[in-house]
Amino acid sequence: MVVISDILVQLGQMTLVLLLAPLLTGVVRKMKARLLRRKGPSILQPYRDLLRLLRKEVVLAENASWLFRVTPYITFAAIWVAAALVPTFATGLEFNWSADLIAIVALLGSARFFLALAGMDVGTSFGGIGSSREVMIAALAEPAMLLMVFCVALIAGSTQLSTVATFMASSEVGLRVSLGMAMIALIMVALAENARIPIDNPATHLELTMVHEAMILEYSGRHLAMIEFGAFLKLQLYVSLIICVFFPWQITTEGAGPLSYLVSVAAYILKLVIASFLLAVFETATAKVRVFRVPEFLGAALMLGLLGTLLRFVSRGF
Amino acid sequence: MISTVAQQLWCVAALLATTVLAIATSRSRRSTAIVYGATFAISAIALAGALLSLIAHSNATELILPVGLPWLGSHFRLDALAAFFLAVVNLGGAAASLYGLGYGSHESTPHRVLPFFPAFLAGMNLVVLADDAFTYLLCWEFMSLASWALVMSHHREADNARAGYVYLVMASFGTLALLLAFGLLSGAGGSYSFAAMRGIQHTPSEAALVLALMLLGAGSKAGLVPLHVWLPLAHPAAPSHVSALMSGVMTKVAVYGFIRVVFDLLGPPSWSAGVVVLILGGVTAVMGILYALMEKDLKRLLAYSTIENIGVVFASLGLALAFQANGYGLAAALAFTAALFHVLNHSFFKSLLFFGAGAVLTSTGERDMERLGGLIHRMPLTSFVFLVGCVAISALPPFNGFVSEWLMFQAVLQSPDLPQWMLKIMVPAVGALLALAAALAAACFVKAFGITFLGRARSPAAEAAGEVDRYCLAAMIGLAALCFLAGILPGLVIDALSPVAMAVIGHRMPVQASDAWLSIVPIEESRSSYNGLLVFIFITAAASLAVYFIHRFASRAIRRGPAWGCGFTDPAPAAQYSGVSFVQPIRRVFGTLIFQASEHVDMPPPGDLRPARLRIDMHDPVWERLYTPVTETVWFFADRLNQLQFLTIRRYLSLVFATLVTLLLALAIWS
Repeated sequence: MVVISDILVQLGQMTLVLLLAPLLTGVVRKMKARLLRRKGPSILQPYRDLLRLLRKEVVLAENASWLFRVTPYITFAAIWVAAALVPTFATGLEFNWSADLIAIVALLGSARFFLALAGMDVGTSFGGIGSSREVMIAALAEPAMLLMVFCVALIAGSTQLSTVATFMASSEVGLRVSLGMAMIALIMVALAENARIPIDNPATHLELTMVHEAMILEYSGRHLAMIEFGAFLKLQLYVSLIICVFFPWQITTEGAGPLSYLVSVAAYILKLVIASFLLAVFETATAKVRVFRVPEFLGAALMLGLLGTLLRFVSRGF
Repeated sequence: MISTVAQQLWCVAALLATTVLAIATSRSRRSTAIVYGATFAISAIALAGALLSLIAHSNATELILPVGLPWLGSHFRLDALAAFFLAVVNLGGAAASLYGLGYGSHESTPHRVLPFFPAFLAGMNLVVLADDAFTYLLCWEFMSLASWALVMSHHREADNARAGYVYLVMASFGTLALLLAFGLLSGAGGSYSFAAMRGIQHTPSEAALVLALMLLGAGSKAGLVPLHVWLPLAHPAAPSHVSALMSGVMTKVAVYGFIRVVFDLLGPPSWSAGVVVLILGGVTAVMGILYALMEKDLKRLLAYSTIENIGVVFASLGLALAFQANGYGLAAALAFTAALFHVLNHSFFKSLLFFGAGAVLTSTGERDMERLGGLIHRMPLTSFVFLVGCVAISALPPFNGFVSEWLMFQAVLQSPDLPQWMLKIMVPAVGALLALAAALAAACFVKAFGITFLGRARSPAAEAAGEVDRYCLAAMIGLAALCFLAGILPGLVIDALSPVAMAVIGHRMPVQASDAWLSIVPIEESRSSYNGLLVFIFITAAASLAVYFIHRFASRAIRRGPAWGCGFTDPAPAAQYSGVSFVQPIRRVFGTLIFQASEHVDMPPPGDLRPARLRIDMHDPVWERLYTPVTETVWFFADRLNQLQFLTIRRYLSLVFATLVTLLLALAIWS
């Protein structure tokens, strides 16, 4: 009986992230538009975009290989599995122990690896430029993320997200300098990984400035839908990760009644709305930086992560 | 019933007999098939023997042969550590022999390769089996010379002659360091057998000196920065299956030598030894992969990536030393197991990748990535297994490379308990370096696969490529399968490694086979666990679900058309991104600091019809800062001493007289 309810919670979580992901992007876009005094499309627009793309035929470049065709599905699956491992409203998920935070980072790395390869498959210069810049960003963002993971894992004594969330939700954590550093590092990495301003502009189609969009330029139809969906899921994943590690209030821990699930789902959605508002404000307030300023931005994230980890190594108190 | 060590020695004898056979039949046409067939069979038998003795937890067996020094004989011993490395050596040997069955038929001068190949395998087996210093050094030199002969098999190419020269110098230097290390280890009594060495107490300064000499001796063979310079020259110069052996296996024999001396013979380690090894490992990992990123020759890129992986192994070993010095047995076993796991993984995927590079080389005649491209259409199987190798070496789940990196990071997370401040600061810093190296490795192998196999063909040779023969394919598919299996069933590998950790560290990781769903749990489940099998099943299920739903309920129409490329695509393949342009962002970020990379545009003056060219200047810091000054000093003194050859007889006589007087004076003052 316990197993069944655990599996139900896990399935509910997987479906929830799948259903909410486009909505989150829609809400962010709407808020950004409102902040710019535009009306903006409906918050349901990402769903419509996905449906439209799914209905269209795929126009495939003549020399595209099998790798180009399987990459959208691999990427989507890797991100979805990673997203399903992040506790959103309840900890103690059935399959949470199958991969920890380091594995989640690596799963996202797998997704990016294949996407970068797909960008080079057709042999256009746009694909190449996108892949080249994407791997440069990743080469700095991934270590920064791992150091953030180290810092959090040292505080919570575990790299398992469920344990981390339970620990963070308990009252014994308090305010810590290293946690603050880790949080800023994670937010910076999240901005870079999701191709948001100031690293990349998700709305641009000005070719020379784009990174992510250049890499997937040759995709169309259902393949593009899968990649877009993957990108929505990734944003959702990072926001959930920040919420789960740093703001896990009202998250349901093991053995709670069904009512607490309702409360925690509501709390989770509220936190998502707040996060998307903050993201929209941040994106409206800053400008995109040049590609070669990106290393400085991510280098700062790396240093923050390292400092946070070092603080944990030299003293238990911080 | 003969003992296990005798079995292994019989295998070595058979390999040496194969060498003789190869010399006898080297001009015959069937010789390639005979020699590689024989080495394949022998390696397979030796592999089975080593695995059996590893899994059966059999006790160490010893054997003394009455050859070698008259009062010493030759000691051989097979314990858990040796059994593990024998398994690595012979697995690589069997795969390379299988590959050689196909690849060897393209060899233009088989008589320069065939006799040395079994000798090289025999040498590596003997080093691992040796149990006294004399035998060890003799076999080490035998291994070095056999591999040197293989490097020189295409000696008419100018680069190869230089590679062979640098390799010979570095190998001699390394052996000298080992010789001195064993001299110190044998103590005042001059006991050469390893058993006697274990009983000798060493002062801290002696132990530190032995460690330094081992880092020079074994480190130069393994490729630690800054002793790595011969490796990217020599490994690619050999035929590809030998490159695979040198990179995938011989560097591991050097790691074995380091473990044998530092963990086994030297007695309890000091924590400062851990710091030194840790820092060297971290620096080697990052430098190796940065060199690899800047490279455009596919085989040299792989050789540089070997340096990175050796750095990862040494960093884990340094962690293990630090834990052991402080008495954290479980954590030391975790770090040590991570190092061994990575040794095994690297021998799988580096052999696989070198085989792939060899397949590309036979099929197109090119090693330069800038003249390849689009091979995924013409070499589908090779490109698939090469992709598996790339994913595995980039430490991405669910393949094996990720598991060993994961174990290593778990070991890093155990280290805040260490009492020394130096370690408290260095461990997270090296952890950051290793994370950086892992991320850069992914970038490097996106480049390696993307430029070589994807895009459009950049040369007619790449256009006309075809799939390689089935022996080569069988060897590559076998290794790719091993990469996958070790990735999804890591618990079995960890359990198989436990006798080694038990023998060397005195502790072992918890038994993994009893964990639910075959997941791995390094310390306890609430701290961390990973399940490669489930991750693989989840990804497959999620991808299949997505494919099913889309093809069932949405569109499945497909139309082929010209590439979009924002409306303008240059049809010339040269307009694609090249390897050099692919790494330009990374070169700007890291290369300006480390390689002093700079870009210049050679713009012809108005009226001149030459095209403008972009020139990239890079400087190898290790060559320029370390080796060039040393060689210049040697040359300087050689020049001065050279003048002594052209003196008159009177001057020679006066020199002899002066020397005699000086020596006598010295003697008088001394006594």
